Amino acid sequence: MIPELGHFAAILGLASALGIVATGFWGAFTNQDSWVEMSIRLAKLQFGALAIAFLLLILSFLQDDFSVLYLANNSNTELPWYYKVSGTWGAHEGSFLLWTLVTACWTLAVALRSKNLPLDLHGYVLGTLGFLNVAFLLFLLASSNPFDRLVPNVPIQGADLNPILQDPGQVIHPPMLYIGYIGFAVAFSFGIAALCTGKLDSAWARWTRPWVNMAWGFLTIGIALGSWWAYYELGWGGWWFWDPVENASFMPWLAGIALIHSLAATEKRGAFKNWTILLALLTFSMCLVGAFLVRSGVLTSVHAFAVDPQRGLFLLGILIVVVGGALYLYFVRASTIRSRIQYWGMSRELLLLINNALLVIAVITIMLGTLYPIGYEWFNDGDKLSVGGPYFNRIFLPLMLVLAFFLALAPISQWKNTPMLLIKKSSILLAGSAVVALVLPWVLWSSLNFGVTCAVALALWIVATHCKSFWRQRKSLNLGFVGMVVAHVGFAIAISGVAVTSAFSDERDARLQPGQSLVLNDKTYELVDVGQTQGQNYSADRAHFSVNGVMSMYPERRNYRLRQTITTEAAIAPGIFRDLYISLGEPIGNRSWGVRVQEKPLVRWIWFGAFVMAIAAMVACLDKRYKRLAKRDAIKAGSSK
Amino acid sequence: MNALRRRRILILMFLFCGGSVTVALAILALQQNINHFYLPAEVRDGTAPIERQIRAGGMVVQDSVKHHEEGLKTTFDLSDLKGSTFSVTYEGLLPSLFREGQGAIVVGQLKSTGIFVAHQVLAKHDENYVPPELKELHEANDP
Repeated sequence: MIPELGHFAAILGLASALGIVATGFWGAFTNQDSWVEMSIRLAKLQFGALAIAFLLLILSFLQDDFSVLYLANNSNTELPWYYKVSGTWGAHEGSFLLWTLVTACWTLAVALRSKNLPLDLHGYVLGTLGFLNVAFLLFLLASSNPFDRLVPNVPIQGADLNPILQDPGQVIHPPMLYIGYIGFAVAFSFGIAALCTGKLDSAWARWTRPWVNMAWGFLTIGIALGSWWAYYELGWGGWWFWDPVENASFMPWLAGIALIHSLAATEKRGAFKNWTILLALLTFSMCLVGAFLVRSGVLTSVHAFAVDPQRGLFLLGILIVVVGGALYLYFVRASTIRSRIQYWGMSRELLLLINNALLVIAVITIMLGTLYPIGYEWFNDGDKLSVGGPYFNRIFLPLMLVLAFFLALAPISQWKNTPMLLIKKSSILLAGSAVVALVLPWVLWSSLNFGVTCAVALALWIVATHCKSFWRQRKSLNLGFVGMVVAHVGFAIAISGVAVTSAFSDERDARLQPGQSLVLNDKTYELVDVGQTQGQNYSADRAHFSVNGVMSMYPERRNYRLRQTITTEAAIAPGIFRDLYISLGEPIGNRSWGVRVQEKPLVRWIWFGAFVMAIAAMVACLDKRYKRLAKRDAIKAGSSK
Repeated sequence: MNALRRRRILILMFLFCGGSVTVALAILALQQNINHFYLPAEVRDGTAPIERQIRAGGMVVQDSVKHHEEGLKTTFDLSDLKGSTFSVTYEGLLPSLFREGQGAIVVGQLKSTGIFVAHQVLAKHDENYVPPELKELHEANDP
């Protein structure tokens, strides 16, 4: 009964989404309040229906109802209850139900939080969001229904959740990522609405900015959590693999940064209007491309869901309709929108333009590396190849250093033109940072590396220029400015972490018997013994390592009974300046074990920096000017009608 | 042409040139970092290039995995189950899902001796998953 109710609730969600499309667009088109009011009510209904559907699926998991196909494939009575709950979004069907719920959630947020929006804009935004969820829900119900029954042969036991997903990371990484992805659907809808109404002014940018910041913040947290999860759960200490699906989340992330910055220029200076709209459309399109790549099976990846050609075609259809339709509208309507362009010399506009150019180039090169294997296979009769990580590093890392250079100038730059004196002054700070960056790695890690020196010098310079401006403006701070400074410092923290970890990580593989030890840098790792341990649904070999005779670490090698899957549970001694990381490999011969020991300096700075950036982006939304000016904008929009 | 427009065109040209140079560099880097994939038959019949980084894959032959007496050196055979087999040597830790009778992909160089020296071994990540490169082998294996 419960799955049927869930199925029904999902259909109700689809019906209300259709209603939102009709009422939203009609209300906007005819400028009638009552229709838009209706679409707000339908947004509430849609959210309620999909929330119930999702809760009912969770309930089915808790009740171990293996007559539901999705549960039979992805759950088991032996799972702890919390992994039954998170197992709800552990595979394709359930995670897509979550996807539609998140869409409904953002739609509801836009419906409720945008009282001051002009009527037509509000209607078009809601209608577009409704349209997207119609497409998603059709896909869910037609080809990926998580409520499908498995009758008559109901299994007594389910096939278990993939052991890698039995982890707290799975509880929170996908929801954060989805909230981020679909948050960009709001920006997309504002872009569509601006094209429909033909009005794109500072007020539009002010309405859009908080949504973009929130979406980007969530996406940042989602990606950082994924990276951290891979680091400790996959068991070998990698934190970024240039895996196609990672790239698929990384491209909208980069495009999102570009969008945040071009929106700033559009709000403050009325510049880059067309470009901002195009970015808003493309950022969400990239999220859809990501969803397509993950869920259609065209990619080889740890993230790829089970392959089903029918699903791939359906998703490709959605992709073509949404992206194609949006771009068509853009090319028809964009010429009606005019920017005031007046960027002189070293103006802030120019810096934002450089920011956007660098980020777009980064996105294009990542896209090239990600899609090239697919295209090659397509055109060469199934011949397969893959693009190695070094490709991405060689292009992406230098681009980020150039970006960091211009980023450091951000707080001292001024709209229209920046006095040369200010730039000269800040170059003294750069010289100082460079000297420190030459000495510091030598002192801390007793080695030098060109990339590390560049990255650390630029990071210090960024911190210096931003702290200086922060101090100067301490009497007249607003949250927008604070957010900018904190986010840029977060970027500096992250690039220091990336550079130092990549260059100065040490690792050693060895074959050890109990009693033997290996030395890495200044530490001795002794394998004391290897014992057995039991978890709720796995058994494990558990090694006891003694580091320098003072600290104990216990890496495990787990065997999950049901799927006969072996996972490596690394032992990690975290630290602000370095992580110690031990993985237990396989047993070799008589009582020997394969062991990998790693020392990873500043690895935590990467995630900490990302987290700082995300929080900063969200804090910037709380800037009072959005509230203060919203009233004025609303009155202006009302009088212009 | 006024100063404003000239400056605008200069900026756009600068961006365009910068972009083109980057894309050219990207394509160069791409060409140097492409790893073609070969099946066991292609490794045996000389289709696969020697002393260049490539990827190859097959099913790990039963009882072929041998650890050396000392250290972490391992040798094993990969087969397409249709008569073509090649040997792999690898020094390091094998992935946790690496098992005899299952598919594996190796990254490394094929030596003129016919032995594949791998610096990376990839195994599937769960029991339902088959690397697309090895799909044909799996389908031939269990009809």
